[in-house]
Amino acid sequence: MAAAAAPSEPEVKSGGVVAWIYKRFPVQEFVSDTLTGYYAPKNFNIWYFFGSLALVVLVLQLATGIFLTMFYKPGAASAFDSVEFIMREVQWGWLIRYLHSSGASIFFIVVYLHMFRAMLYGSYKAPRELLWLIGMVVYFALIAEAFLGYVLPWGNMSFWGAQVIVNLFGTIPVIGPGVVEWIRGDYGIADATLMRFFALHVAAVPLALLLFVMLHLVALRRTGSNNPDGIEIKARVGADGHPLDGIPFHPYYTVKDIVGVGVMLVVLAIVVFFAPSFGGLFLEGANFEPANPLSTPEHIAPVWYFTTYFAILRAVPDQRLSALLMFSAVALFVFLPWLDRSPVKSMRYRGVLSRGALGLFAVSFIALGYLGLQPAEGLYVILARIFAAIYFAFFLLMPWYSRIDKVKPVPDRVTYHGHG
Amino acid sequence: MGTAKKALLLAGLLLAGSACGAAEGGGGAGADWLSWRADDDVTNTASLQRGARNFMGYCFGCHSLKYERYSRLASDLAISTEELQQYLLAPGDKPANYILTIMPDADAVAWFGKTAPDLSLMARARSTDYLYQFLKTFYIDPTRPTGGNNLRLTAAAMPAVLSELEGLKRAVFKDEQKPGADGKLMTEQVFDHFEAVTPGRLSAAEYDKFVHDTVNFLDYVGEPTQVARRALGIWVVLFLLVFTWLAWLLKQEYWKDVH
Repeated sequence: MAAAAAPSEPEVKSGGVVAWIYKRFPVQEFVSDTLTGYYAPKNFNIWYFFGSLALVVLVLQLATGIFLTMFYKPGAASAFDSVEFIMREVQWGWLIRYLHSSGASIFFIVVYLHMFRAMLYGSYKAPRELLWLIGMVVYFALIAEAFLGYVLPWGNMSFWGAQVIVNLFGTIPVIGPGVVEWIRGDYGIADATLMRFFALHVAAVPLALLLFVMLHLVALRRTGSNNPDGIEIKARVGADGHPLDGIPFHPYYTVKDIVGVGVMLVVLAIVVFFAPSFGGLFLEGANFEPANPLSTPEHIAPVWYFTTYFAILRAVPDQRLSALLMFSAVALFVFLPWLDRSPVKSMRYRGVLSRGALGLFAVSFIALGYLGLQPAEGLYVILARIFAAIYFAFFLLMPWYSRIDKVKPVPDRVTYHGHG
Repeated sequence: MGTAKKALLLAGLLLAGSACGAAEGGGGAGADWLSWRADDDVTNTASLQRGARNFMGYCFGCHSLKYERYSRLASDLAISTEELQQYLLAPGDKPANYILTIMPDADAVAWFGKTAPDLSLMARARSTDYLYQFLKTFYIDPTRPTGGNNLRLTAAAMPAVLSELEGLKRAVFKDEQKPGADGKLMTEQVFDHFEAVTPGRLSAAEYDKFVHDTVNFLDYVGEPTQVARRALGIWVVLFLLVFTWLAWLLKQEYWKDVH
């Protein structure tokens, strides 16, 4: 177990390149601050893999994205052809492209589970509100990045998906139509739209993502990680000044997270090599036809990770209200730290109300995701309304049910049953 | 003696059985067309070769495969350069060329009302089952400019170019009462079965194989790397499983210290 190096007294080895660098750059302090000296609770369970997995997928998307950019040709006349060129003629192009397209879906799976973890153990509660807020910015950037990226292959679903989503901004009172035109850069979804979406997808949003992911980690350094018991481990410090229930992130959680990365890569490889379209969920059939403003696909549906919100959008007939509801459904997560009035963080020590509400919310989220893939008719719309009502009730009634919920006493130390 | 008789009897039973099976297929020939599956297999190179021959013979007059080169086709389908030159390469084309039809777009629009779509990605866009059903459900329809119609794609612009092989068939519709949007009963024409009118050059089984091979070929063209992709995938997954197992052992070793 490596002890943290004292911040002000870097141990300087005599001579050599390493010493030369150490004198000029705080390598040891950085490693100690972020890895060996960062104490994380020892009772992390499976839910705690998804943060580091999200970081790995981010790197995967950046790396594959850079290679795709070398061969992809933005522009309404060349985009579709260039994607097929990558798939067929660029050496290993198909692998890079499938890694990137499947990576997008894996990214959302991992991020949704990461967010659910925070809701399960109250990780957004004080003192981690800002950590949560920065995470929400990352989430919004990810949504934008995925939407922009989906337009780039310029298939027919890219085109019509962009049409539907961009038109949502047209529901803004007074300035709506102007905003839509400003986003598109043309009177319809066109070459100008594709070009700016490309710029945003490969430069602007990734930079924002990286910045806010870094800030997310910086905020984590200040507050430390929450844990399945929702106990502040910093409250019980040993003689060495380290939390009694904490262990250094490196090597313990680095070696543990590598196992998680391995499992995720197995899943990713199974998708990439055996089911890259995933039955039309990850790559939609209509997107293998080039963008055609004269031919609307039979069902316009976004990729699965947006269908929860899409179902909410279609549940209400009034266009303006439904757009507002959809954006609120995404935005409501922001307010969780203040909506939640429970005196305890973790679901382990909460009562039936909070647990039931979170369970219903999870069911609604998944059910809406399914309904968003179905045609908006008959029973599907009725079910979408019911589940949308539960979705919103989860957030809006939280100040009430989380306060009156009967909680259990929280132990002083984390629950950990040793090893082997 | 006895064995031969038994074999004959068995063969007779099997034949009778298959005939029964065919008769049981619902309310007549083709009634279950929506459940027809392409069941294609892109590892069957012989089938893909026949499909390539079918495509060049019957589809290429109007349809291109603009993302596929002749040379790629030849190397993926184990076709030698000589065979490629002799049987598949269009006059004037070189092996490195993309498979582009010589029909001018303007002519296509004049004759059929639209250009024939490129078929490189059709299997991925519409699914192989769709293509299989499409190629097997053309029927005579004098009200259409081409004289034919299709169950899968109503009012298809494409004429029944394969009728020479399949023969001509008529679709028999029946009236069905269905409640309309206003709740009143409306009479709707519903497809019931096909009736053969004139036989084609191929038997039903031969034509079915022809369509199978052609759809299989289009599946291959939709993603030429798919066979290599799956073959490589097994090794990648095996490697990752071993890697994950070793990582888990390492993790167990470190976590022994944590109490």
